[in-house]
Amino acid sequence: MSDDLEQFYEIFFEESSELLADMEACLLRLNVNSPDLEDLNAIFRAAHSIKGGAGTFGFTDITETTHMLESLLDKLRKGELEVRSEMIDAFLKAGDVIKNQLAGHRGEGAADPAEAAMVLDELEKLSDETQLLSNKESSNTESKTDASIENLQVVENTATVTENKPKCIYRIEFSKFGLNEAALENLFSNLQLLGALEDETRSSDDNLCRLKLATENNEEDVWEALAFVVDPEKLKIESEVSNNIIENVLKEKEANQDDTSLHYKAKEALASPGYGFFPDAPAAPKENNPSEITEKPLLHQNTDQRQTAKASTKANAPATSNEASSIRVSIEKVDQMINLVGELVITQAMLAQTASQFDPVVFEKLHSGMNQLERNTRDLQESVMSIRMMPISFVFSRYPRVVRDLASKLNKRVELKTVGENTELDKGLIEKIADPLTHLVRNSLDHGIEQPENRRAAGKSMQGTITLRAFHQGGSIVIEVSDDGAGLNRAKILAKARERGLSIHDGMTDQEVWQLIFEAGFSTADAITDVSGRGVGMDVVKRNIQSLGGRIDIESSFGVGTRISIRLPLTLAILDGLSVAAGDQMFIVPLNYIIESLQPTAADIKTVSGNGRVVQVRGEYLPIIALHEIFNLHPNVTSVHDGILVILEAEGRKAALFVDDLVGQHQVVIKSLETNYRRVKGVSGATIMGDGKVALILDTAALVMASQQEMV
Amino acid sequence: MAKTILAVDDSASIRQMVAFTLKGAGYEVIQAVDGEDALEKANQHTVNLVLTDINMPRMDGLKLLALLRKLSNYKTVPILMLTTESSDDIKAKGRAAGATGWLVKPFDPKRLLEVIAKVIG
Repeated sequence: MSDDLEQFYEIFFEESSELLADMEACLLRLNVNSPDLEDLNAIFRAAHSIKGGAGTFGFTDITETTHMLESLLDKLRKGELEVRSEMIDAFLKAGDVIKNQLAGHRGEGAADPAEAAMVLDELEKLSDETQLLSNKESSNTESKTDASIENLQVVENTATVTENKPKCIYRIEFSKFGLNEAALENLFSNLQLLGALEDETRSSDDNLCRLKLATENNEEDVWEALAFVVDPEKLKIESEVSNNIIENVLKEKEANQDDTSLHYKAKEALASPGYGFFPDAPAAPKENNPSEITEKPLLHQNTDQRQTAKASTKANAPATSNEASSIRVSIEKVDQMINLVGELVITQAMLAQTASQFDPVVFEKLHSGMNQLERNTRDLQESVMSIRMMPISFVFSRYPRVVRDLASKLNKRVELKTVGENTELDKGLIEKIADPLTHLVRNSLDHGIEQPENRRAAGKSMQGTITLRAFHQGGSIVIEVSDDGAGLNRAKILAKARERGLSIHDGMTDQEVWQLIFEAGFSTADAITDVSGRGVGMDVVKRNIQSLGGRIDIESSFGVGTRISIRLPLTLAILDGLSVAAGDQMFIVPLNYIIESLQPTAADIKTVSGNGRVVQVRGEYLPIIALHEIFNLHPNVTSVHDGILVILEAEGRKAALFVDDLVGQHQVVIKSLETNYRRVKGVSGATIMGDGKVALILDTAALVMASQQEMV
Repeated sequence: MAKTILAVDDSASIRQMVAFTLKGAGYEVIQAVDGEDALEKANQHTVNLVLTDINMPRMDGLKLLALLRKLSNYKTVPILMLTTESSDDIKAKGRAAGATGWLVKPFDPKRLLEVIAKVIG
């Protein structure tokens, strides 16, 4: 049977992870002062669902944690206790514990039982406070709390008579061995909540604790109250019906012949069938006592059914596909499809080129067919690419927690705003962008946002704001991390750079100065904290972003704030490019690096110190990179003013790429040169053009940087 | 002809486990993720038995029960509640809403088949 269950583990893990994420989001959204009941319900449901699954699949540690979580949450949503911020903290911690426990069952590391115990303890304490509170409340409404147990019993007994509820007396026996005073007290107060409790422990009983409990609750509740504290092996619960309500119970039993048989031991209760039928209900089977069922015939029945089943499921298999509205597909399958579509695009382009040689009048049908094919291919490509697209909320959703934890650690008050969470980008990018983005958010919080008192002194609100924003711009996605903090300190950065022996001068533009923080080992933090300040990071962030084909820009204003924007291609597989010719070769320039293309006049070109050439564009002197020189080609055009300059911008620096001609704009499928050949300097990849020829994709950022170094 | 069971649970793992178990025993299974979904599917198909979770978003099991019983073709169809809460309170509410019986979660597949076989076996 367990083998059958195992195949659902993975679903359970994924589902639980999603539920935990939802729960965390709700928790972070929750306003402690006026909690939204919907949110509380959602959090409760998440804990409840995880508990249900964990119970079914036998992950007892998770069941235990979620059970505590659930019972406290239940009290909150029923309004038995006010939400407090310590609870939110405890819930978040419990979420982490469950996450670890899940990972443990998944075989990815082990959960720390001590941590789990600590959280359980904390939840229990918070739960207890609830009970104290409700005890106090009830004492206000009812007569006296310090009334003796007997008095209470009287009150409750009369209540039962009017309410017609069955009331039982349970005799509880368990070994006190291994239980400390606090645990016992806790247990007693829990039981007292269920009903009147009498301690019948005799002095002769060594370690034994005997209790008598009169309660309306059923045995399972009693069992539950005890089972978390007392080893079930050492626990015995016997029930007897309280005299004055025996009649009611009997009546109840007559009306409802389900499992209310009140004479069984606790363990039997747990091993009870766990189901029942309502006798007068529609379609209820006639035999009602489940214990009468013997195992054997049932097993036969099952196997019989299975045999007939096999035939029928085969025949009806297609008709039964009534799954929910989404399916899980492995990413490999999707990637394979994307690759195939990429090949299809190339084939289509080749066909189109061949077809264009035929007379459009004579071969009208061929041409309209080709047009149709092109449209269909493009639609297919788009929809296949969209499979890999995920909303960036998958990444953004983790930051409320990061910000919350870090802000409390640093004693800062920070609000996190997210804009454009539904902006979609490639799944591969989503995974890779998360770490750099985390780093930026932490940086903003640590270095950007000032301490509340400094903020007030600067005339700002004490609460700082960090904004995460995502939007599409052209063929790329822009992700911004902005804060309303102190901004970058130009003087400090320059001083630090000088200290580290970086090449700097006072005439540097702000943009150039800001780029310095991306140098390896660069940190302006006065004190190194465990949050940030070791200077490992920004250079890694930049490298990561660049390896994704993106770029990172900084805007900052001292005292006002900083905005860091990351610009990424929408997908790693396809690129919008401008094809340019140099000699007999074709190259692709990624479109997002291109600012403009122009034909310079001879007067705009200047030669500086030897072989370096610059061009004057709108008052700026830009270095000229001759494409044919880099790749040792024989150009059709040798003088710059006869060719075309493509102005490129990368990392805040500009350069002019000198090419023979512009050929056209294409969407190209990127093929890695490294995996198919080897790494080539100045080239980031290759693609196959419509005529079947290979064109190299230029590594624009590297080219621009190289041109700058030549200049200096 | 195989009997059709409508399995309603917002938890995908439980739902699929139930569906797998039932399919293995030769039942046709229709899955629904919550009460609203179930109501829609109950209208589209002829169902021999409904197995529903209680605590679900959008529409919970008790509401679903009550609404199903209002439909002319669901007056006598057995409806079982699958519930983690086994309190008398929830049983009473289920009974009032027209449930045929209840089954406590967690359960093992064998027990599920046992119970179902009793009702429509």
